[in-house]
Amino acid sequence: MNYPKSQDRTKAGRALATSQTLLTALKTPHRVTEFSLDEWSLLIRQAQRTKLLSRIAEQSKEHGTFDQLPFKVADTLQGALYMGSNNRRMIDWEIKSIQRALVEVDTPIVLLKGGAYVVAGLPAANGRIANDIDIMVPEPKLLAVEAALLAQGWSEIKFSDYDQRYYRKWSHELPPLRHEMRKTVVDVHHTILPRTSRLKPDTDKLWQHAVDVPGTGVKTLGPQDMVLHSSAHLFQDGEVSFAIRDLVDLVDLLRHFGAEPGFWDGLVDRAYEHQLQRPLYYTLRYGQMLLDLEVPDVAAQAIAAAAPAKPLANMMDRIMPRVLLPDDPNMPSITRGHAASLLYLRSHWLRMPPWLLAGHLTTKAVMQLYASYLQWREEEELEEEDTEEEEAY
Amino acid sequence: MNVGNLNPDTFAQTLASTGITVRCGPFVTRIISELPELTAPIQLLYSEFPIIEDSLVDFHVRVKAKSGLSHRLRSHITFTLDREEAFFPFHRSLALPLFEWGMNWCVYGNAHQFEMIHGAAVQRGKQTLMMPGVSGAGKSTLCAALVSRGWRLLSDELAIWRPGEDVILPLARPISLKNYSIELMKSFAPNETFGPYFGNTAKGALAHMRAPRESVRKMDEPSAPTHIIFPRYTAGSGPELEAVSKRDAFVRLSEYALNYPVHGKEGFNSLVDMIEKCDCYDFRYSILDDAIRAFDELS
Repeated sequence: MNYPKSQDRTKAGRALATSQTLLTALKTPHRVTEFSLDEWSLLIRQAQRTKLLSRIAEQSKEHGTFDQLPFKVADTLQGALYMGSNNRRMIDWEIKSIQRALVEVDTPIVLLKGGAYVVAGLPAANGRIANDIDIMVPEPKLLAVEAALLAQGWSEIKFSDYDQRYYRKWSHELPPLRHEMRKTVVDVHHTILPRTSRLKPDTDKLWQHAVDVPGTGVKTLGPQDMVLHSSAHLFQDGEVSFAIRDLVDLVDLLRHFGAEPGFWDGLVDRAYEHQLQRPLYYTLRYGQMLLDLEVPDVAAQAIAAAAPAKPLANMMDRIMPRVLLPDDPNMPSITRGHAASLLYLRSHWLRMPPWLLAGHLTTKAVMQLYASYLQWREEEELEEEDTEEEEAY
Repeated sequence: MNVGNLNPDTFAQTLASTGITVRCGPFVTRIISELPELTAPIQLLYSEFPIIEDSLVDFHVRVKAKSGLSHRLRSHITFTLDREEAFFPFHRSLALPLFEWGMNWCVYGNAHQFEMIHGAAVQRGKQTLMMPGVSGAGKSTLCAALVSRGWRLLSDELAIWRPGEDVILPLARPISLKNYSIELMKSFAPNETFGPYFGNTAKGALAHMRAPRESVRKMDEPSAPTHIIFPRYTAGSGPELEAVSKRDAFVRLSEYALNYPVHGKEGFNSLVDMIEKCDCYDFRYSILDDAIRAFDELS
């Protein structure tokens, strides 16, 4: 297996070598006609792992490269195309079903994340595979919404009693509800980050700027809020491992909305209003680094202040790309696994309320974290040496 | 170079290290396994299949012991597709059944460029029969019997075609036989090759019959179904072919569809087109020879 040799001599750069084909396909879709069968083999597996194959397939159709692809590649992409359009159909249907179920409740409904992309016809919807629908309703309507859904075919996913209590008390949502027949899941939120999170987005402002989607009866968040929510979901709240697709969606949103006047101007300020400047910083930084996102100078300067302190910023620069991106399916990387664990711990850290956090912040815990980081760095050095030997094979 | 041409030691070593890449119809599967109990059965049952280099691999598959204790002590094994486990772990005495179920799972879980029916498909001359049915209805036994009497095996489990096309693509993989069928087939077709016997799977006793060489040789010759036959083994029944309306056939066939919703309207139309070109029947039987004769007389 011959990987393109990265010109970037930094550790992060070399580690990204196995993702080069995937990133090239995402950034410059017309270049997929240049890929060898080996490169396609790697790309398909990595795209499957990161749920990006449908997107790559749709891009191939859009850019007119599909018919030039080797037969088996096109055949595989065809399967992904069907999955993508099926998923979209399913989401459309789910949204309508949820609306029908809630018609008596008289509540505004904001669609979040993938549901929003689909209902608003955004480019980010193309080739996206999602399983759950996320909606936001005003907090006072939460119980009525739950009752209506439970009465019309949804039921609670069986968690332990402890988890149920956790969800209701600490989280920002009802427990997810699954439709008994269709097996689809709806997550009902009343705000966009866990109640326990130290960041407190301004929910009233979210509602003020929510946008009606013409002809549907549902809303989406305003463009800037949509970007901020997705940023928070990726870098603050959610599972980062292999989540490169979420960053791809964000870059899509930024490019789509960025074409409208006024979008970039207020974006950073808006982030500060919601206390979401740090996730936005990461979105812009890794969007630029990995996907060639063009950030206007004014915004770039304004967001610089939201960067973490140098040591943390450096650590994140080394870890985050590797964790977002897939590794080589033939040689899964152990150090990537460690890095992913570190970030997983971080996301839990961030979910805890400050007083719980204080209880955990013993010296021992901090030292242990730091020791893990040092061990990870050491293993990374060793792995680089192994990789170089292996490339000879 | 076919799977059967390799020296058994070489086969075992390659299977355990870089893996053996095999093509069954449209699917290229790279198999890696260090389990000694898997080597000989795979080489036997897949002996006629070509070993492939330089192709895009559809499925990267491993069957291996659960990690932990030393290799010889590990009693449970897993089937992984690209490192994701397909089922819960099996006992290693069921390595071949796990492998076969896994290979099926790869297709019906992932190959959505195809429409897929849970059913058998065989061909002879101008007739191509699609026989939908879940395990236990007798389709695999009937399929094995027909195949041992000159019909070509397309598949015993998965009838697949591309939406918009009307031809079923062969896979020609081993036919799985259960319980009473195993002894029955061994006496009905003593010249066929059978894999090892497994007495205690979740579905009862299990053994596999290898596809005839001709069927494997012709795995690149798809064919358009002419008959859709719903088989049902019924103790004491003489052979009865009863016509089924196309409308009923559609409803029943779609119940055996493994990925019907995925193709939306295109899938619906494709299924309709296929049925329009077929004669559709219920078929009850109890004696295999009767069944063979009845199918000989199909026009």
